[in-house]
Amino acid sequence: MAPVKLYGPTLSWNVTRCVAALEEAGVEYELVPINFGTGEHKSPEHVARNPFGQVPALQDGDLYVWESRAICKYACRKNKPELLKEGNLEESAMVDVWLEVEAHQYTSALSPILFECLIHPMLGGATDQKVIDENLVKLKKVLEVYEARLTKCKYLAGDFLSLADLNHVSATLCLAATPYASLFDAYPHVKAWWSDMLAKPSVQKVAALMKPSS
Amino acid sequence: MLRLATIATTLTRKLMAPVKVFGPAASTNVARVLVCLEEVGADYELVDIDFPGKGHKRPDHLARNPFGQVPAFQDGDVILFESRAIAKYVLRKYKSEQLDLLREGNLEEAAMVDVWTEVETHQYHPALSPIVLECFIYPTLRGLPTNQKVVDESLEKAKKVLEIYETHLSKHKYLAGDFVSFADFNHFACTFYFMDATPYSNLFDSYPYVKAWWENLMSRPSMKKLGANMSTRN
Repeated sequence: MAPVKLYGPTLSWNVTRCVAALEEAGVEYELVPINFGTGEHKSPEHVARNPFGQVPALQDGDLYVWESRAICKYACRKNKPELLKEGNLEESAMVDVWLEVEAHQYTSALSPILFECLIHPMLGGATDQKVIDENLVKLKKVLEVYEARLTKCKYLAGDFLSLADLNHVSATLCLAATPYASLFDAYPHVKAWWSDMLAKPSVQKVAALMKPSS
Repeated sequence: MLRLATIATTLTRKLMAPVKVFGPAASTNVARVLVCLEEVGADYELVDIDFPGKGHKRPDHLARNPFGQVPAFQDGDVILFESRAIAKYVLRKYKSEQLDLLREGNLEEAAMVDVWTEVETHQYHPALSPIVLECFIYPTLRGLPTNQKVVDESLEKAKKVLEIYETHLSKHKYLAGDFVSFADFNHFACTFYFMDATPYSNLFDSYPYVKAWWENLMSRPSMKKLGANMSTRN
């Protein structure tokens, strides 16, 4: 089977979200960089893969998939469906609940913080501390809910690793490069869950990709 | 044989205890779940949450949805939150050969359902919903004036998004392919309010395939029924 192709820069936590899923699902993939500086993401070639001209995009033979969370699910269904539990009504529901929570509660609060700390300065702008502070308040409330959840279960969807856990990896790895790296210290079960995730070879692979020399 | 199978399925569904959805019917996220329940013909009970009285922050609701939001859902011992997770549970539970709205048995079709579900969340809804907020929600519920600048910027974004939908729907009858799916249903509530509660419904006239797709969806009994309850013109 030819490796799938994942298009996009490893700087993007939407791209590396997919890397975590591909790695854990054991799908062979090739990372193809997209040069934002030259506007490659808006080129006809890339728009054919993702009509919104964004990253990531995935190519598997004749099939193009875009939107990171759709790509992640595709990777799991293709090679490791137990990460989704789609054959089990209750377990798949728990996976879906925490997949949605990652998108709508966790990353929606974390992403503006990452943008202000890591991306805005790179684009020549000034970090907006007000945005960071507002989102830290939100994120801490979210982490309280996670703390209660992870007190009851080893992983988010239950006592099994699922895509719901993996979808948190890329953005959480980026947190380490901000002044808020020790945010989880106040939430011991969240911290333990994260340490467990960090020990996984798939997560270590993503972390290595994100290092500046990559 | 097909007719007997259909009767048996209908009877079985009638014998199951109704599931409960918690939240107001007017909420787009509650409507997301109700569309799916209506489509599969499930028995359900809608339990309103008293938002003005902070019902969503009370312990009984927080036990169902720790983020204190709507909807929440109960099916016997199963308690769920997040509208898309609830909707998928419903579509999986009531799935049949005639009714497969997620296509999880088919790698490519399931991927397309997921893609266009994500697109609604990250592209379509963020372009249309500020227009609904500014033209209807803020003036009616908060007594605030419409911020026309926000409306105009959102209309420009909406046009770019609709151009992409137009190209796509010129090649496929529905969003995930030539079959109706969860991806189409996810667009119902947001589009309904855009059409019903803002002066910009004629925006879709410039995108004939999108308009035809929307009118086709609205001809479905589930959406006609829910639309009648949701209409702001009553």
